[in-house]
Amino acid sequence: MTTTANPAAIAPSRPHYGSMKRERLWALRWSYFFLIIFVIFFLTPPVYMLITSLKTSHEISSLTNPWWVFNPTLENYVELLTSSQFQTFFINSALVSVLVVSITMLIAIPAAFALSRMKFWGSEILATGVFLTYLVPETLLFIPLFKMMAVFAQVTGIQLINTWWVNVILYPTLTVPFCTWIMIGYFASIPKELDEAAIIDGATWAQTLTKIFIPVALPGLIAATIFAFTVSWAQFLYPLAFTTSTDQLVLPVGIITTLIKGDVFNWGQIMTGALLGAMPPLIIYAFLMDYYIAGLTAGATKG
Amino acid sequence: MSEVSIRKVVKKYDDVLAVRGIDLDIKDHEFVVLVGPSGCGKTTTLRMIAGLEDITDGEILIGPDVVNDVPPKDRDIAMVFQNYALYPHMTVHENMSFGLRLKKFPKAEINTRVEEAARILDITELLDRKPKQLSGGQRQRVAMGRAIVRHPKVFLFDEPLSNLDAKLRVQMRIEIKKVHQKVRTTTVYVTHDQVEAMTLADRVVVMSNGVIEQVGTPADLYHNPQTRFVAGFIGSPAMNFVPCRLEPQGQSLSLRLGQDIVLPVPPERASRYLAHAQNGKLELGIRPEHLTEARGELQPGVAPLHAKLDVTEPMGMETYVYFDLAGAPACGRVSPNAGARDGGMLPMAVDLNNMHLIDAASGRVL
Repeated sequence: MTTTANPAAIAPSRPHYGSMKRERLWALRWSYFFLIIFVIFFLTPPVYMLITSLKTSHEISSLTNPWWVFNPTLENYVELLTSSQFQTFFINSALVSVLVVSITMLIAIPAAFALSRMKFWGSEILATGVFLTYLVPETLLFIPLFKMMAVFAQVTGIQLINTWWVNVILYPTLTVPFCTWIMIGYFASIPKELDEAAIIDGATWAQTLTKIFIPVALPGLIAATIFAFTVSWAQFLYPLAFTTSTDQLVLPVGIITTLIKGDVFNWGQIMTGALLGAMPPLIIYAFLMDYYIAGLTAGATKG
Repeated sequence: MSEVSIRKVVKKYDDVLAVRGIDLDIKDHEFVVLVGPSGCGKTTTLRMIAGLEDITDGEILIGPDVVNDVPPKDRDIAMVFQNYALYPHMTVHENMSFGLRLKKFPKAEINTRVEEAARILDITELLDRKPKQLSGGQRQRVAMGRAIVRHPKVFLFDEPLSNLDAKLRVQMRIEIKKVHQKVRTTTVYVTHDQVEAMTLADRVVVMSNGVIEQVGTPADLYHNPQTRFVAGFIGSPAMNFVPCRLEPQGQSLSLRLGQDIVLPVPPERASRYLAHAQNGKLELGIRPEHLTEARGELQPGVAPLHAKLDVTEPMGMETYVYFDLAGAPACGRVSPNAGARDGGMLPMAVDLNNMHLIDAASGRVL
């Protein structure tokens, strides 16, 4: 043994750090633990819907295990898809959603551009105000809105109540503020030099918006579009309050009002309708998921 | 191509005066560099020429026309930004042709111009790429290309090289100079780097605190600075400033630094400085290359000086020596063979033929 520096002799005096690998392993275990809880929590209702939709009314009301299908059948699907009522609801929902998304984008994009780029008196207060309106719950708004529509009908003679058109006018009050807010955040993250370069290149404000801002902020635009679509597709309160005739109903309200007759619940078809109704947003999400997430995070940090 | 005139231009942000009434005439084909520390108003001035900032007071003329109220797109200028500001979703070709397409130029004309600019900048093979596939230097070239294709009256550059690393900056500097030699467009170039200013400019405009300190050719600014600010700003390492007094001895003058150092002022300067002999607040300004090691017999006007060196910095072809000169920090440039070492003594020579005498109160060079 010598007394010269020996690495092995120094080593024990160093503080002991936990192994990175082990810490990571535990972090992963916890993540999966909570993820599994979340998955169970969120997937149980749709799974239950699927199971129920495959049963006959007789099997639903009999006392068998509700979590299993003993005699699977597609009769609910066939009945619903061939019913002209369901098709009407679906078409109404689609028309309303497409129109609402278009109107929302036509208003929100120029509004966000103006609020984030053209510094005018009060623009900052206005931008905050836009977001605040989003915080007012629709349950507070539908009565005054109903009154407004009634007065509108008296004054102009155009009766919008009890037509699906009323939804096209009402939904944007929910979608425009939030989409504007998302787009303000997105536009704000575009460097100022980019529009200055465009201005010097001879672009007008409108050209700067259409040729530079919209293409550069496309992910944010898609996020806003998905949001607007989801809100209008799933909207329940306004159509419930404003429309009553069967041919004017949208899907969520239509399913509830036509498949519940008095105290008779046609559970099989209700579940089938809900499941089919959830398909369009699901398909859109699946295609645009990456954009949606990128859009939300960018808007969150830069807004 | 065109001249640019700035007449008594003022820019005020709320209560802050960013530019305090400057006058400047830029000739056709000229390459003018605005240089100064950050916050001196150089970028604001450039942006006012571009039309990106309103002018609070005064006039800006491009060619014969006052452009105060002309929007940027109608001023016929092109600008290169510090962060390039390329349109990320367009290819290089689309980036360069964007302005021409907006102006509805015929397609053939656009292609000719883009190809010509690409040839000048040596980016022909990059035309189909997107900006994110380019290196910093290539992006800078594209940004310049976007300016060139427009054939504008004036080029405006806003610190175009500050995002590049040191080596690339030197390369692009030469590149910009070459481009200017080829296209000869009137150019206004903003930088905080005095080396860039000296190497690129036909004339340099030194700004400080919203005013123009001095306008002149690089050599003029270097050898005949009019203010202490310009003297200190131009040149690297910077000029040394040492508090001093003048002592008349009959017709001749001597310069006293601190208690112990007395240097004779060369006769042709003595006559110029005689009137200031009573001024108690004077500074000697002397550039490092005029503080050298003593070599053989001293020339007229060169005085000996003994220095105790604090630190030496061997640069290879020369060595910078730092020492205390009558209480003020001083830097000299000596030969690598002069025997300078940290903490050592070195017999040095100060060349007073190239001295500057500064009135410390007004900051003027006398």
